[in-house]
Amino acid sequence: MTPESPRLDGPAVRTTGLTKQFGSQRAVDGIDLLVPRGAVYGFLGPNGSGKTTTIRMLLGLISPSAGEIEVLGSPIPGGAADALPRVGALVEGPAFHPYLSGRENLVRLDAADRTADPATARRRIDTALERVGLMPVAGKRFRAYSLGMRQRLAIAGALLTPKDLMVLDEPTNGLDPQGTREVRSLIASLAQEGSTVLVSSHLLSEVEQVCSHVGVMHAGHLVAQGTSAEVRNVAATEARVETDQPAEAARVLHELGLTDVVTTATGASGRVGRVAPEKVVAACVHAGLAVTRFTVDAPTLEDVFVSLTGEGFDVSG
Amino acid sequence: MSAADATTDPTRSAAPPVVRRISARFFVSELRLVFRRRRNLAGLLVLASVPVLIAVAVRSTGSGGNEGPDFFGSITQNGLFVALSALTIEITLFLPLAVAVVAGDAVAGEANTGTLRYLLAVPVSRLRLLLVKYAALVVFAFVATFVVSLTGIAIGLALFGGGDVTLLSGTQVGFGAGLLRVVLASLYVGCAMASLAAVGLFVSTLTEQPIGATISVVVFSTASFILDAIPQVSWLHPFLIVHHWAAFGDLFRDPIAWDGVQRGLFVAAAYVVIFLAAAWSRFAAKDVTS
Repeated sequence: MTPESPRLDGPAVRTTGLTKQFGSQRAVDGIDLLVPRGAVYGFLGPNGSGKTTTIRMLLGLISPSAGEIEVLGSPIPGGAADALPRVGALVEGPAFHPYLSGRENLVRLDAADRTADPATARRRIDTALERVGLMPVAGKRFRAYSLGMRQRLAIAGALLTPKDLMVLDEPTNGLDPQGTREVRSLIASLAQEGSTVLVSSHLLSEVEQVCSHVGVMHAGHLVAQGTSAEVRNVAATEARVETDQPAEAARVLHELGLTDVVTTATGASGRVGRVAPEKVVAACVHAGLAVTRFTVDAPTLEDVFVSLTGEGFDVSG
Repeated sequence: MSAADATTDPTRSAAPPVVRRISARFFVSELRLVFRRRRNLAGLLVLASVPVLIAVAVRSTGSGGNEGPDFFGSITQNGLFVALSALTIEITLFLPLAVAVVAGDAVAGEANTGTLRYLLAVPVSRLRLLLVKYAALVVFAFVATFVVSLTGIAIGLALFGGGDVTLLSGTQVGFGAGLLRVVLASLYVGCAMASLAAVGLFVSTLTEQPIGATISVVVFSTASFILDAIPQVSWLHPFLIVHHWAAFGDLFRDPIAWDGVQRGLFVAAAYVVIFLAAAWSRFAAKDVTS
């Protein structure tokens, strides 16, 4: 319908200054999201940090108070009709008609999609059900589904037609460990097929292994964004030397250029910064220290996450 | 930041063109949703039970009496009048209630179950969603009306027989012409119910609670009936959605008094236009947070 076709080479998702104000509260405050094509983008943040609001804006469900959105090269909400058929979405948990069967619910979703070919509907629905392992219960009413089955059905609903971008909001909510693993491998296989995947979560462990990129939300702000490695480096790697001469060790670390050197009863530690960790050991040994133990704590994404968003159970906002 | 190192698969670079088909699939899906829902079927059953109740009651006492509504007295002469008696009775509450239940559910029900966000993300444009929802409501409005009249005709003919029809003005027309007038009356009532459905669709865009929307619509139609019965606000009467609803009785005069029916259709059309526009203006830019 639009004269110019959407650009296919740009990022899958780009927002500039995206803001959503609900009354006096800024749920999302000027975020510049950048999801490169082909990335598996882990969209992290505590509950209430604005992840779901952002995702709803990406899908045109709520309109931004300010800022711009581009999904698969089309502006949202204006170009939603061009972009969204190629976007599969799981938003804030599964939602289906309780008195229809799983299959009937998928039929309804497919019927609503004007880009879907009715001639292949049956085959596509079967494939989607197969893919999430719901075939045996496809004829059961949705209300009889367990939470895990519901989640799978929602994922199946997003897979009815080929997608360039999958937006998965908390896809492992309510899933058992096995289901969580399946979702993870599903994400990996989607990425392998060339889809871009934007997966939001407040649980890091479940996305850390599959994400190529990470964005961290906190209280409506995007506090970090980049490749997983880049974001991990936001928090510093710490080297710890255990020896019977803590003061001497601290001096060596300091001379090497480590920062925030701390002396403890059993040794010394410091942030390695640009210093290669292996050099630390060499230097200590060279200085004649009896090193009983040497550890390098590269931060996990969780450390980064906690350092960016704070600890505890408080919800943001 | 790092767009360059994103892996891009060259086979994906040419996305398949988005084809938008003209298709009735979503509409058919909507009809299935409405007509396969047990609650709605139960509602239709209740609607159908009224003409049966009337026919059996009149049959067992042997007379409709002269104190009942217009058509009651004629039931024993011709079974077609069971249908008209049933419409007369049900038009005040049961038919509006049935329409209110389904119309209130239209958008609010989808919002309540959360399916609205998934439909919009498919994507279904909001205008298309409203139009498909309303089209299905119109179908339901007519089906509900014809459930009443067809059941009435069937039970009436079975218990009282057919034959020539004596109109309210005393003249007689053949059975075929009489049947045609019953069908016309049903179509007219169907239009009236379709106009109420437009009100219901609008209310349904205001809330995520389908029950609340339903109650509002019933309150709206009932309040209209009450106002219509208060002579002191007679200036308001021509604007009330229900004012001309009973005009289907005029179809059983000779010659047919089209005046009331025409005005009724005009008022119905005005309500449809106004409330669909209101629903659209309300829903077009609404934040869907359900």
